[in-house]
Amino acid sequence: MSDHILLPEGSIEKQTTTLNLGPTHPATHGVFQNILELDGERIMRSTSTVGYIHRAFEKIAERRPLYQITPLTDRLNYCSSPINNMGWHITCEKLLNLSLPKRVDYLRVIIMELARISDHLICNSIVGVDSGAYSGFLYLMQYRELIYEIYEEICGSRLTTNIGRIGGFERNFTNTAFEKLEKFLKEYPKQLKEFENLFTRNRIFMDRTIGCGPIPAERALNYGFTGPNLRAAGVDYDVRVHTPYSSYEDFDFIIPVGKTGDCYDRFLVRNEEMWQSLSIIEQAYQKVQEFKGADAEVYHADAPAYYLPQKKDVYTKMEALIYHFKIIMGETDIPAGEVYSSVEGANGELGFYLISDGGRTPYRLHFRRPCFIYYQAFEELVKGGMLSDAVITMSSLNLIAGEMDA
Amino acid sequence: MALTNEFIQQKLTEKFGDQLTDWHTPYGMLTFTAPKELNLKVLQYLYDDVELRFQFLTDLQAVHYPNRKGAELAIVYHLHNLIDNVRIRFKIFTGIEKPDVFSATALYQSANFMERETYDFYGVNFVGHPNLIRILNVEEMDYFPMRKEFPLEDQTRIDKDDEMFGR
Repeated sequence: MSDHILLPEGSIEKQTTTLNLGPTHPATHGVFQNILELDGERIMRSTSTVGYIHRAFEKIAERRPLYQITPLTDRLNYCSSPINNMGWHITCEKLLNLSLPKRVDYLRVIIMELARISDHLICNSIVGVDSGAYSGFLYLMQYRELIYEIYEEICGSRLTTNIGRIGGFERNFTNTAFEKLEKFLKEYPKQLKEFENLFTRNRIFMDRTIGCGPIPAERALNYGFTGPNLRAAGVDYDVRVHTPYSSYEDFDFIIPVGKTGDCYDRFLVRNEEMWQSLSIIEQAYQKVQEFKGADAEVYHADAPAYYLPQKKDVYTKMEALIYHFKIIMGETDIPAGEVYSSVEGANGELGFYLISDGGRTPYRLHFRRPCFIYYQAFEELVKGGMLSDAVITMSSLNLIAGEMDA
Repeated sequence: MALTNEFIQQKLTEKFGDQLTDWHTPYGMLTFTAPKELNLKVLQYLYDDVELRFQFLTDLQAVHYPNRKGAELAIVYHLHNLIDNVRIRFKIFTGIEKPDVFSATALYQSANFMERETYDFYGVNFVGHPNLIRILNVEEMDYFPMRKEFPLEDQTRIDKDDEMFGR
């Protein structure tokens, strides 16, 4: 790796080049900057700069009632907004001590796993694009479209979903949503298999990614890695298993782990996680179908003080009108308390640290964004490698600017 | 033996005595307060002890309490023992006039950006940090925007003339 010649400081022959990779560079897939010091094509040093799309979410959240914070969480990791939304709802429910019906949990699991697939699918196909194989991206992208159509059917929007509410979903899943889900479950495995056939044992791809941007397990832990990137380094830490939320303990799935933490391992771990997610969705869908009659109509918890009532009830029922008014105007005080809750986001442990002093808004809200924390390691990952390796390492870490800057 | 909150509390009390205060467990997570000079010692002890093994820094952030004179800023550490799967949280308080706190970067690489973020928004001066500069805000900024003296507009203000809702 680091067999390049280091010339002494001030040497006349010292001819390093400074290169700005970003803030707006096609290879960064987001707005952040890497200032690279190059010796030929070798990276001697790099400095990472973030903050170009900082939007002060934590500050804004201090003046907003709980339900108005959900749209802010959309914009963290915008490739998998539903996981962020659910993570936020779960944090609020933990603070409010709400317990949810099983059906809601299972529906949430379906949505979260779809989001995980859509996120991993982007990441992995972009690794393909950055290593020169565009077709995988084109083929998989159709299925992200299908996932977005499912979101659209459930909540009305596609990218920044604002899906669900504190206590459940805003409406029951329609038949169209389930039909689209069935279509996805039927067609996606075939496509994913084809994608794997194209890449996994492809000599060119393997030569390109094996040994590129590796990190040993203890370094990864010290750098605060979580999620697929940590698992690729060989640590089987997954929030879904360690601290189950939303009834994840009811599902059978395995946690794939890699060995070296290089680009190839990260690619394999993400691919395998997509298969696991598919299996979780199938199990959850089966469980959802087992609810019959009135049980099949349950899509939210009974928490009138926090769950927004149906609009038709607001127009016809006194009680619903009162609650609607109180929630929308933010007149419901939230209980005082201090809670940390985390979910397994597509990039790792997405944590919410919420301090409430009993007012209408949080006193302090902090997002633990996995991207922001593991991006620090980028400097170490690319040091001594080639410039083109830095590009592929960046895309295989799945760095999402929205999540870094909050 | 499972690592219980009582056991952790007992171990820490044995080591640090009465210096650790305010023990409570909100929503099941053991929480305590340490004097600010001791933050590294506590972190190091939690890291090194063969039974405690809190070797993963989950999160680090600050909170501003303008009404606590002399201890306006709290720095909160969330630690995770990945082997026994236990999380704990501890806080240190520092005055806002001279917010000097030891940096945890020597122990945790991950503390680097987190401390820079905390400095950026609250002005906590992490002594020993290799590169304590602003991270998300612009370099020219000369105040710390997450402090409570910079309020956003109060959504409940009633001096606005709005016939429909009276606010």
